[in-house]
Amino acid sequence: MRSAKASIITFITWVIAVTYFFPVLWMFINAFKTENDAASLTPKFIFTPSFEGFQRLMDRGMASYLTNSILASVTSTVLVLLLSVPAAYALSIRPIVKVQDVLFFFISTRFMPAAASILPMFMIFKTLNVLDNVFALSLVYAAMNLPIAIWMMRSFLSEVPMEIIEAARIDGANFRTEVTKVVLPIVLPGIAAVALICFIFSWNEYFFSVLLTSANAKTTPPFLASFVDGRGQFLAVLSAASTVAALPVIIAGWLAQKQLVRGLAMGAVK
Amino acid sequence: MNKRIKSLALGGAVAGLLSFGLVGCSSDGGDVTLTLATVNNGQMKDMEGLKGEFEAANPGIKVNFQVMEEGDLRAAVTSDVANAAGQYDIVTIGAYEVPQWGANGWLTDLTADLADEAYDVGDILPPVRDALSVDGKQYAVPFYGESSILMYNKEILDKAGVKMPNKPTWQQVAAAAKKVNSAETAGICLRGKPGWGDLFAPLTTVVQTFGGTWYDMNWNAKVNAPEFVQAVTFYKDLLDSAGQKDPVSYSFNECLTALKTGKVAMWYDASVAASMLEADDSPVKGKMGYAHAPVVKTKESGWLWSWNLAVPANTQNKEAAIKFIKWATSKEYHQLVGTKLGWSLVPPGARTSTYAIPEYNAAASAYAPITLEVMSAVNPKQPGVNPQPWVGIQYVAIPEFQDVGNQVAQLVADAIAGRTSVKEALDKGQAIAQAAGDAQK
Repeated sequence: MRSAKASIITFITWVIAVTYFFPVLWMFINAFKTENDAASLTPKFIFTPSFEGFQRLMDRGMASYLTNSILASVTSTVLVLLLSVPAAYALSIRPIVKVQDVLFFFISTRFMPAAASILPMFMIFKTLNVLDNVFALSLVYAAMNLPIAIWMMRSFLSEVPMEIIEAARIDGANFRTEVTKVVLPIVLPGIAAVALICFIFSWNEYFFSVLLTSANAKTTPPFLASFVDGRGQFLAVLSAASTVAALPVIIAGWLAQKQLVRGLAMGAVK
Repeated sequence: MNKRIKSLALGGAVAGLLSFGLVGCSSDGGDVTLTLATVNNGQMKDMEGLKGEFEAANPGIKVNFQVMEEGDLRAAVTSDVANAAGQYDIVTIGAYEVPQWGANGWLTDLTADLADEAYDVGDILPPVRDALSVDGKQYAVPFYGESSILMYNKEILDKAGVKMPNKPTWQQVAAAAKKVNSAETAGICLRGKPGWGDLFAPLTTVVQTFGGTWYDMNWNAKVNAPEFVQAVTFYKDLLDSAGQKDPVSYSFNECLTALKTGKVAMWYDASVAASMLEADDSPVKGKMGYAHAPVVKTKESGWLWSWNLAVPANTQNKEAAIKFIKWATSKEYHQLVGTKLGWSLVPPGARTSTYAIPEYNAAASAYAPITLEVMSAVNPKQPGVNPQPWVGIQYVAIPEFQDVGNQVAQLVADAIAGRTSVKEALDKGQAIAQAAGDAQK
């Protein structure tokens, strides 16, 4: 009886997992079809693989969009880590006064919809002559991700047992040693989780990229949307583009998998 | 002291890295590189595919296409052009924006640049040219254009013994729709999805031919005037008696599918749909008939839309940009598309001479003649019975219209769905439209 129940749960789990994963799999399969095969009314599972879609991506210059995405995502993630770790430290392990107010202030910067801030931001970028600049876009992404990163990092840092830190201090550890040799190694999985989430948010960001960039700094998401064509016949090339665009995030997630699971579990416990 | 120096050094390194990046990205080469913002449709992608021909003929000029989804294009181009940011040397904009942006001084006046004989600006369809001009100054060139026509399945109408005239009235169309209407096949498909560009594109033309208008010459709203009410009531009654089920969820794509699959017998919408109905993979290819937009009090009632190329007033590369848009909208470009990509892909509805190309007429014989007839006959300066203080047919060329049109469309969609009466919807719409009209006075 118990085994029958377990089998049913396992079966339902598989159904849910496959249902969620199937669109991704279908995108991957379509990437290797010709446009006619991809647009076929009867779904084709057996076909002659074609790299036509990938060839069209390269012809349309996808490499430069990917480069911009990597630059914007990596730069913003590094900036966020440089700022969020010390900020979170000052909000958890060595708390400043009125921690709750400060935390509320950080999260309040996310209350306003992005659309409401775009016009002043556009004017500032224009005045500073940094429209269509990938590093200026990185600053926007860093500002966008910083509040959530500080909240996450604070949560991870709060998990560090104070007894360990106090023991280190008793053993004569100065502030630098306390941070680099004791605290950071403990919260490394948390830092990996924050980095990955910030990277994913930046990688997938669409709105600011459309409006603040044009020829030189445009990132991958708006490029993907440009393949949709009212005349039809775009499914294979769009799937190929989406597959390529998804790869860096999948690779980053895979590399950080071990740290990530521990990191996310840390945050969840808190 | 040591700590402070280290902090300053770290801050300096970050600032240096960023400023290096900022400066590094603003470098420029010797040649002119034009940045063109355009919409992600087939004709524009064809232009991108053929830009090499222009670049080969004009050494030193490169064209960088930024292809966007329509909503993104509008947002990106509007913020750029309105703020004189100068990111784009050429922009793709609709007939709705051109007169407003031209009057605002945001676009380059092209009148003098288009005057040369080789370009033959007089060959551009006169209504389209009118829609792109303000006070005799032309601010954009049409890449392709469209009107609205009645499309019907000849097999279904023949079976019911209905013969559709080339220039039908709405009463004739309503009678035909009711006659062919059945449980399997609705008589007619009309847009009901709320939105100024959805429901109100065809409905505004119906209002105009019934004698109604959005505003009089003094910007007094006329949304609850008897003619407007009569037209909307007719539209709703036609949908109720012989239209597709659940009309408020239907717009262009839904009606196209319904007509292709035999679920409706007739459809009044954009002329560009004819090329899709006659495509090789269309189940109704060769079975379709096409007629002028139905009328009541006017001689013609088709709408007018074009996607156009314009040069923002503040671009640094004006000369090269004008050279490119003239090439992309020239007779030679149409020949190039025909010979390189296929004659059915020549951009329609922009130049009269396109319809004199034998190969194009052969490839688009089912719909090319009527498209030319309707597009040449419509009058964007006065599409309805009464004069109007703007140029445009299925829209009011003021910035507020998108919002006004969307709100009133929602009210009318509620009436179509039976949630309110037409009169009540239009009384509310009158107040919304009047607020925008007052801003124009």
